[in-house]
Amino acid sequence: MNGSGAQVRGVQQVRDPQDVLVRARGLQVHFPVRSTGLRRRRTGAVRAVDGVDLDVRRGEVLGLVGESGCGKSTLGNALLRLVEPTGGSVEFDGTDVTALDRRALRALRRRAVMVFQDPYASLDPRLTVGQTIAEPLQVHGLHPGAAARAARVAQLLELVGVDPAAASRYPHEFSGGQRQRVGIARALAGEPDFVVCDEAIASLDVSVQAQVLNLLRSLQRRLGLTLLFVSHDLAAVRHLSDRIAVMYLGRVVEVADAAELSRSPQHPYTQALLSAVPLPSPELERARERIVLTGDVPSAARVPSGCRFRTRCRHAFAPCPEVDPALQDVGGGHTAACHLHGVVGLEDPRAVRT
Amino acid sequence: MSAAAAPVRPRRNRFLAGARLLLGSPPALFAALVLVGVVLVALFDDQVAPSGANDVDVQQRLQPPGAGHWFGTDDLGRDVLSRVVLGAKVSLQVGVVAVGFSLVCGVLVGLFAGFYGRWLDTALMRLMDVLFAFPAMLLAIAVIAILGPGTTNAMIAIGITYTPVFARVTRAAVLGVRESVFVRASRSVGASDPRLLFRHVLPNALPPIIVQTSVSLAFAVLAEAALSFVGLGTQPPAPSWGRMLAEGRGYVDLAWWIAVFPGLAIVVLVLAFNLLGDGLRDVLDPQQRSALEAARARSGRRRRRTPGRTS
Repeated sequence: MNGSGAQVRGVQQVRDPQDVLVRARGLQVHFPVRSTGLRRRRTGAVRAVDGVDLDVRRGEVLGLVGESGCGKSTLGNALLRLVEPTGGSVEFDGTDVTALDRRALRALRRRAVMVFQDPYASLDPRLTVGQTIAEPLQVHGLHPGAAARAARVAQLLELVGVDPAAASRYPHEFSGGQRQRVGIARALAGEPDFVVCDEAIASLDVSVQAQVLNLLRSLQRRLGLTLLFVSHDLAAVRHLSDRIAVMYLGRVVEVADAAELSRSPQHPYTQALLSAVPLPSPELERARERIVLTGDVPSAARVPSGCRFRTRCRHAFAPCPEVDPALQDVGGGHTAACHLHGVVGLEDPRAVRT
Repeated sequence: MSAAAAPVRPRRNRFLAGARLLLGSPPALFAALVLVGVVLVALFDDQVAPSGANDVDVQQRLQPPGAGHWFGTDDLGRDVLSRVVLGAKVSLQVGVVAVGFSLVCGVLVGLFAGFYGRWLDTALMRLMDVLFAFPAMLLAIAVIAILGPGTTNAMIAIGITYTPVFARVTRAAVLGVRESVFVRASRSVGASDPRLLFRHVLPNALPPIIVQTSVSLAFAVLAEAALSFVGLGTQPPAPSWGRMLAEGRGYVDLAWWIAVFPGLAIVVLVLAFNLLGDGLRDVLDPQQRSALEAARARSGRRRRRTPGRTS
């Protein structure tokens, strides 16, 4: 009995690469645009997230990149239901997150957490960092008793590399990097499975960014976390991620292993994005071909018909305004939503007008 | 990390440290001393007052301030000092009870309206607007017209009048705090609405409410005086600063002290509430507080060093 039990446990520890922890299908977050005046009629919608299909595999670091305003933060929030999705579904470990009631949602809040962008704003200035870190423990009834909680807080501070004696100090007494470590400690307090890092290093000094990045990486490995790393910093994402998803105007347009994506980006947008990253070698840097996109990102309230990238794509051709491209396999688990790999997707009813 | 070098403040002493910081600023110290004095006088008014409030001495009518009667006597020969002393209790009581009432009601209304928004916000705040639309004194007079004149009814009337003020101040502060990232962060780890409201939103919305409380205490003292002045608050012959002002009005050219001393009492109490409010606001803001602490520490060190250098 004992032997077989151990064996089963052993088998479970071998990670199934296809074991999906978070699965989004057709996920939509539309914010209503209302007319001014008394009636405030609904005149349109900002499609911040507009039909995203995304799998986050258990134990991986998935990088999510895209320009400002492409909806990557909203997507991260919607996966945790910190923003209510207006359509589609999110499954967390097999259960539909969009259908959870209040109690079940609270249970989810222990298992799926977020590290926020601005460490100056994400800590309550009136609570000591110890109180902030203890909050998830109190909310979920973990480590009951003041002494046990204090011990756990000290342990968490140590885990993120902050002196445990600092628990009784206030956030404004800390530097940005230390605050972000406290934010990470709070996120990890309830021993979550899934952590969304929403631009978690973007507002830190460059010298501190690397430290926090490395901390995230080592914590992810030590604790077996599943990480969604949302960032506009492609270099940071490449450094940290196992796989990378590229987002454009509310849609995931390409997903691939980090190395594969860097080596052979398949979506024209990804190609442009990668060509903008400086190379560390002067010779390579001089030879770097830059693809400069023309025009601005269209407004998320007026998404182009068919392929949403077509207005800025140098390869745009006949089917692009007609058919909304779906993610398709372009080899080896690498998926891209582009008609250059074959016209796959639903015909856009709005295409007739254009 | 640098945290190891600096001593960690024990939590128990935070209140004491705050009090010390507050009393380190001269205006707040003055205000605190005045308030403590007024409270002590109000508590022990029987012992402090040289004579009873209504001890009429016809021989001593309209005596100017002097050795026998420090604040003089009024038209009935009553000792003005005694009446000012005995009136302190009424003013404090009305102020504290009325403001306490409007504080509790107004803060709850503002908290829920600001936090939940939508129809609840609209409903609650329109109700407050209705109350707010009436001039404060008119509303208080209307309430007293319904309930009848008297000190207790004056408290209720003033309390109702100031409820919308607290509701508005609270709501405005809550709207600012509600959207802050740390509230979202608490929600993201599963904090319930009551927890968000009372542990995160309210404490961070508190500074303007505290300032408003001190200002309102001042106004409530004034309002009680005004209501008593027009005869709707404290009823004669009970001593009240407002009534005394009203009664002394007719003798201003003849015996200025009857009106001036209760008037001064009102001014000093109102000023003390305002100064204390300002001091509290500085200490309650953590960032202000550490700046204050740093400034104090610097000046303290300088002060300590200077005598050493001169010797």
